[in-house]
Amino acid sequence: MSAIRNTFGRVSGLVPFWVWCLVWLLAAIAFGFIGDEVFSDELYDASITTLGYVMMALGLNIVVGFAGLLDLGYVAFYAIGAFMGGWLMSAQFSDRDIHFLVSDVTEKLPGIHLNFFLVIFLAAAVTAFWGAVLGAPTLRLRGDYLAIVTLAFGEIVPRVFELSESGLFGIGSTNWSNGRQGITPVDKPFAPIPGLDEITRLDITPYFFIALFMVVLVLFLNFRLRDSRLGRAWIAVREDEVAAAAMGVNLVRVKLWAYAIGAAIGGFAGAFLGVYRNTVNVDQFEFGFSVFILAMIIIGGMGNIGGVIAGAITLSLFERFALPELNPLTQSLIDFDITAISFGIFGFFLLAMMILRPEGFIPNRRRKMELHEGEDDETATGPGDESLYAVRG
Amino acid sequence: MEAASIPQTPTPPQRKLGDVLRDNSLWLIFGLVLVLLAIIDLKEQDNILPLANNIKDGLSVGTIWALIALGYTLVYGIIELINFAHGEVFMIGSFITVSLFVTFGLTEDTALFGLIIGMFAALVIAMLGSGVLNVMIERVAYRPLRGAPKLASLITAIGMSFILQNVGLLWRPTPDSAPDLIKSQVELFTLFGVDVVRSDVFAVAVTIPLLFALLYFVGQTKYGKAMRATAQDPDAARLMGIDVNKTISLTFLLGGLMAGAAGLIYALYNLTIQFNQGFTAGLIAFTAAVMGGIGNLKGAVVGGLLIGFVQQTVESRVDNGSAWAPAVVFAILVLVMVFRPQGLFGEETREG
Repeated sequence: MSAIRNTFGRVSGLVPFWVWCLVWLLAAIAFGFIGDEVFSDELYDASITTLGYVMMALGLNIVVGFAGLLDLGYVAFYAIGAFMGGWLMSAQFSDRDIHFLVSDVTEKLPGIHLNFFLVIFLAAAVTAFWGAVLGAPTLRLRGDYLAIVTLAFGEIVPRVFELSESGLFGIGSTNWSNGRQGITPVDKPFAPIPGLDEITRLDITPYFFIALFMVVLVLFLNFRLRDSRLGRAWIAVREDEVAAAAMGVNLVRVKLWAYAIGAAIGGFAGAFLGVYRNTVNVDQFEFGFSVFILAMIIIGGMGNIGGVIAGAITLSLFERFALPELNPLTQSLIDFDITAISFGIFGFFLLAMMILRPEGFIPNRRRKMELHEGEDDETATGPGDESLYAVRG
Repeated sequence: MEAASIPQTPTPPQRKLGDVLRDNSLWLIFGLVLVLLAIIDLKEQDNILPLANNIKDGLSVGTIWALIALGYTLVYGIIELINFAHGEVFMIGSFITVSLFVTFGLTEDTALFGLIIGMFAALVIAMLGSGVLNVMIERVAYRPLRGAPKLASLITAIGMSFILQNVGLLWRPTPDSAPDLIKSQVELFTLFGVDVVRSDVFAVAVTIPLLFALLYFVGQTKYGKAMRATAQDPDAARLMGIDVNKTISLTFLLGGLMAGAAGLIYALYNLTIQFNQGFTAGLIAFTAAVMGGIGNLKGAVVGGLLIGFVQQTVESRVDNGSAWAPAVVFAILVLVMVFRPQGLFGEETREG
């Protein structure tokens, strides 16, 4: 296994990094042009959703993989981003009449209709703000308390949206969400250039390229951040908070940036997924989704950008194809619908990965060392001993 | 020279009013809420019956949260791990109960004697089933990761919780109703104008003996002593000849037993069971455990009752209350964890 990896490492080292990026990008573009003809329409549709999930996983990777803050409520930012898309690109607030850079058809509709390419960045900005707000209370917490607080936020935020059918917390009487029905339809993206001026639901190719463009942006951000001063500070905080603070890392600032940027990417992707699915519905925002994204980065390898992308693609396609493919088999063998228990299977993946290979299939080297720390001298230390993440003040 | 060698006796710090207020802040807030609710009731109805009803309902539903919270607090006390799958153990307890009722052929018309025997047998089996399940969870998901970072076991806990939830989904894909064996809504007596129904009495009557048994076990027996020793210092406990692994298994067993009992009460109290009841119930009970100061058994019980009261108050007083109640409880969870991680009784926890 390690021999293969070494050989692979040597071969991939022959060409510079940017060449690899270019190769992958060209492959993705080629898939965008001919994917729906060579493969099935369903795969093409799934690949667009997958690109959305890739962004989500990359965002969560900043919080969990880089900064080492286990965030179990990532779905909150998906919800906020998607609702930003829903509010600013639909007839939800039909008493308002705001239009900005939209197609002629949309121009005539009531409600708030802003341009998609503006809305995704607005959504990112707003979720970044909320990421910092929801992250702030967790600053004094560590380890599992932090995880539970984020989980609680992940449960609270979608509920607040769901129950804001007439007024928020009983204030006012605006209908923010249509309750469980959700906001639908949502406007299509629009730009006055060929290909993006008349998007229909029948030809989803433009969506693929929009998503790809967004993924490239997020990836660029990820790589630049990882190597930046802030990125190195994140890794320092992840490895040892006390030591990092002693070295002059401002813990509050560094952690809040991790939450804000992670959330911003979640909102960015959330707005896209809301628009692509043409509906913003509270049912999408369940705890299971947070765990789904978390499973992607754990299976791929926390902290490793390439691993996270691979994990996201694998798990997303697994959910969409592998399980339905397996279904006839299990149906005929034991008369049982395997797609019903997809989350149980992800749960099993999480369990098995954490026990057998906690660093993921494509690990980040530093992270791997951290995760295996204390294993050799297990007998000498013991269950209640200080571990890497449990440094207490 | 002389002065330096004499260890200075530290003067006991003056307890200022501010410290006292801060140490009892949760109680104070709770008292204020009670007074506020009483004033509202007096203004609107000239009596405090709604508040009294909230308290009564809170106490009876709170017993369920208290029993589940004990499982969290026991496990956290001993290995500092949030047993995320605990809510699912409770759900499985409910499922076992209802299945046993069907197997035993218990219906509302069964004669009293048979009913009592049947329900007692169901309680024992559900408790044992949940207890053994909890021990197995520890074996599979937590023991291999004892030396690893804490977050690793939290992630396996989540994985385990999803697996069990899907087991529940396969077992009963749709919400099922439990037979109303205790005729839960029949009024038994009226206390200060508050109608006490059978389910209230049932919940309390099952819970109290269990609580005392648990407190006795942990506080008075040799095994309980081993548990407390392990909680304090696993290494020292091992040196003293305590089998730490067995003690941890025992702790999980106790937590599972309580969750199984809670499952039975829940089934007869709510009369509906479904596969995802464990997630919300688990979080609510965890809030109770944190509120009481995690690791503190009595605290978990008091916390459970308080959370029951909060939940009932929100449900009965807010529009769409039953949907808001979990959100309110989770908000309390966040506030307590952030501002008062020691909980009600102010004991320093290792996390705080």
